[in-house]
Amino acid sequence: MERAIVLAASAIGAGIALIAGLGPGIGQGFAAGKACEAVGRQPEAMSQIRSTMLFGCALAESTGIYALVIAAVLVFANPLVGLL
Amino acid sequence: MDINIQGPKILFTIPVLGGIEISETVVCQWIFMVIIIAVALWLVRDMKRKSISGKQAAAEIIVNMLNKLVLDTMGKTGLKYAPYIGTLFIMSFMGSISGIFGFRPYTANIAVTAAFALVTFVMTQYMSIKSSGLKGWVKSYMEPTPLLLPLNIISNLATPVSIAFRHFGNIFAGTVVTALVYGALASLSAVVLQWIPNAFINSIPFLQVGIPAVLSLYFDWFGAFMQAYIICMLTMVFVADACAVEDAQNVA
Repeated sequence: MERAIVLAASAIGAGIALIAGLGPGIGQGFAAGKACEAVGRQPEAMSQIRSTMLFGCALAESTGIYALVIAAVLVFANPLVGLL
Repeated sequence: MDINIQGPKILFTIPVLGGIEISETVVCQWIFMVIIIAVALWLVRDMKRKSISGKQAAAEIIVNMLNKLVLDTMGKTGLKYAPYIGTLFIMSFMGSISGIFGFRPYTANIAVTAAFALVTFVMTQYMSIKSSGLKGWVKSYMEPTPLLLPLNIISNLATPVSIAFRHFGNIFAGTVVTALVYGALASLSAVVLQWIPNAFINSIPFLQVGIPAVLSLYFDWFGAFMQAYIICMLTMVFVADACAVEDAQNVA
């Protein structure tokens, strides 16, 4: 019974952790939109804008990756089951 | 439908020091190290100054691109790091793309990306000590007030953690999503074929042909290239940042 509760709570927790995907999504969309504006204003700087945008997107992604790691730990290598 | 997502398998154990476990990751890395070294040696064999061959031209293009990237990001003082950055890029890229050759991508193992990040961390701290002296390095942790010392230490330690997790997370997510899609396609083809009264034909996962190629294009090719590029960019930016004090003193 306890084990079932822990497993269910872990599954729910993993799902909730991935709500953090909202943040990077908004951030990356914002970055891409701004990059489009920048290209529209200065098409000749396109390659530089692209690499800067990709770099910024990668940095913005890290919170999402943390959530993913936590969800993966909860699903594949649950430390809470060992505490029972 | 069975979906099997697991860590790297232990292939064999070296019976010294209580048994060192050699996992799939390490063996994959050995294989790719041999391939990369062999290709590199083959590319630089009998180089000439005039009437160069095609492979020498290819090698020169690669080295020039790398040098230009490092020069643009780190400035002239950073050019001595170009060989390391190139090695990091190729190792990371080959690791992530090894999935299409049937290996388990070795960058989907936190130990490998943590090693990459640790090298970056040691490099930044070493450059920081070298450029501003031991006293200046300690002082850089006390800024703006000594009260913020713990926060500065945490933010310095968070950098390699975030680099390692970013690379690992992206590649690992790719393997998980690919495994899930393969499982879903297998059960979908079982549903499509269930009108045929034959157990063998029913078990053929025909939808697994072709459709996952789109995922492979994104996760293996684009993702591998992006993550290799980003880990190199981050390494360059952080190391250049640590060297920046030196440059500023030279100007002043």
